[in-house]
Amino acid sequence: MAKKLFNEPSPLEVKVLSRRFGLDNSESLDTYLASDGMKAFWKAREMAPEQIVEEVKASALRGRGGAGFPTGMKWSFVPRNSPKPKYIVVNADESEPGTCKDRLLMEYDPHQLLEGMMIAGMAIDSHKGYIYIRGEYRYIIEHMDRAIAEAYSKGWLGKNIQGTGFDFDVYTHSGAGAYECGEETALLDSLEGKRGIPRLKPPFPAVAGAWASPTLLCNVETFSAVPAIIRDGGAAFAALGTPKNGGTRLLCLSGHVNKPGVYELPLGFNLMRVIEEVGGGMRGGKKLKAVIPGGSSCPVLKADECDIPGDYDSLAKAKSMLGSGGMVVMDEDTCMVRAAVRIMKFYAHESCGWCIPCREGTSWLKKILVRFHAGQGQRSDIDLIGDLSKSMLGRTFCALGDAAAMPTISIVEKFREEFEQHLGGACPYGKVHDLALTSH
Amino acid sequence: MLESYPPGRQRSAVVPMLIYAQDEVGSVTHELVEEVARRCGVTPLQVEEVVGYYSMLHKKPLGKYHVQVCTNISCLLVGGEELYEYTAKKLGLGNKEVTADGQFSIEEVECMGACSWAPAIQINYDFHHYVTPEKLDQLLDGLKQRTQ
Repeated sequence: MAKKLFNEPSPLEVKVLSRRFGLDNSESLDTYLASDGMKAFWKAREMAPEQIVEEVKASALRGRGGAGFPTGMKWSFVPRNSPKPKYIVVNADESEPGTCKDRLLMEYDPHQLLEGMMIAGMAIDSHKGYIYIRGEYRYIIEHMDRAIAEAYSKGWLGKNIQGTGFDFDVYTHSGAGAYECGEETALLDSLEGKRGIPRLKPPFPAVAGAWASPTLLCNVETFSAVPAIIRDGGAAFAALGTPKNGGTRLLCLSGHVNKPGVYELPLGFNLMRVIEEVGGGMRGGKKLKAVIPGGSSCPVLKADECDIPGDYDSLAKAKSMLGSGGMVVMDEDTCMVRAAVRIMKFYAHESCGWCIPCREGTSWLKKILVRFHAGQGQRSDIDLIGDLSKSMLGRTFCALGDAAAMPTISIVEKFREEFEQHLGGACPYGKVHDLALTSH
Repeated sequence: MLESYPPGRQRSAVVPMLIYAQDEVGSVTHELVEEVARRCGVTPLQVEEVVGYYSMLHKKPLGKYHVQVCTNISCLLVGGEELYEYTAKKLGLGNKEVTADGQFSIEEVECMGACSWAPAIQINYDFHHYVTPEKLDQLLDGLKQRTQ
């Protein structure tokens, strides 16, 4: 039976990774095999490992978890001749506020992910993979477990897969609630049964990852793109996007638009067109105020900065990031100070506490912002918020400190007048919620 | 579960073992910590370290129905915070509190990965999207009837 889609698709979508969404029994191996599934597996069997890596490089695929690192290059860093066992680890700890795509990729097309993992295994000589799924996604864990069991029962996982002599095992692993575990080295510590604390890099996971062995760790969407790349060729995937920004991506549109939803769009798709044409325009005919382009750790863009191509390099040029694809749209009635409070409250809650600038910085910034939003701020606090944020940048093991600082700095710089409007009075946008009291 | 990990790496099972066991026992008890430590070949202190870190692990029992309301940015923009306040008021609970009969508890949670279908809540592990106060009433009233 066809599973109901979470939202209506858009005619502007280019469906590569999401092509099976909504098909009858899209999660079953039979459906997968009947719709080009495992073709890439057979093709990869005929390729040398280096060729697979070259094909991924040619695709201009970049990491879909947030950092946007060129995937083929990451794969080439794994020492495939190392005598140690090598591991494939899938980051399915999807937790970046605004992001809800990996859930769909696993729910609708689990075998696409498994095929991507197997091909990665061939490329780096790995025979074991783990899918680290956030604990809140229990139904997805169970869903993946069923898909894995089906693959084993039909000879698509395990020993001597389809008589090729290639062995590959896959296991799911549940998280238990920690944003920090989406950071790759913290994820590995968590996978090893510890608190999710980031590691000092180098060594990078490619050299010393899970259990100190070479590990290829990528996001769900990144691995899910691999079958299409191998099947149709890296060049074809690259051609869908813009130079150095290959392919399509699942964009998670949320906030004040008429049609929020997850849409697969080519890299480089203009952000204003996402709002106007894909998202059906602003809700209630309101004016656009700001956009978080790729999850809450990205600097915000003002309305007049959004007429740009949605790819990694264009966003970097606009001093923001494409991030994890969580595009949050805010209308003219949005209080940017309140948005800043909520974002900082999140990072203060999720800071793992390992690095002092992040642990102390996020919690003090939260306190200052809560007080400020409640009308008890001073003019000097505005600069203090910006300066404190800047003093976290680059001073922590992982990117969480930066992730908390960057949106805050951008809000202070771009919406300073809104901070001034809060001086000596209540929030000009209406009700002041007791953010501090309801805080966790 | 222990067989999923490479030989000698049984410590890896600590987090999943804790969360699956917590679902059965209701909370992370002292006995549970000791048992997980024994099975995974670590000290109880090493398990306690983990329990103190992960937000889904808890030492006190929650309600039979744990209502988790997201108030993070995407939900906030479309009424997530008001929904949290509405739920708290309806159940007469503060954050992470449990009703006297042990049936319901509430928690303001961080992003749960339902941003495009916000505001969202989870009751135990079940997701509910596009939640309005009316829809929440229906959900909670349905659960209340089930428990009577």
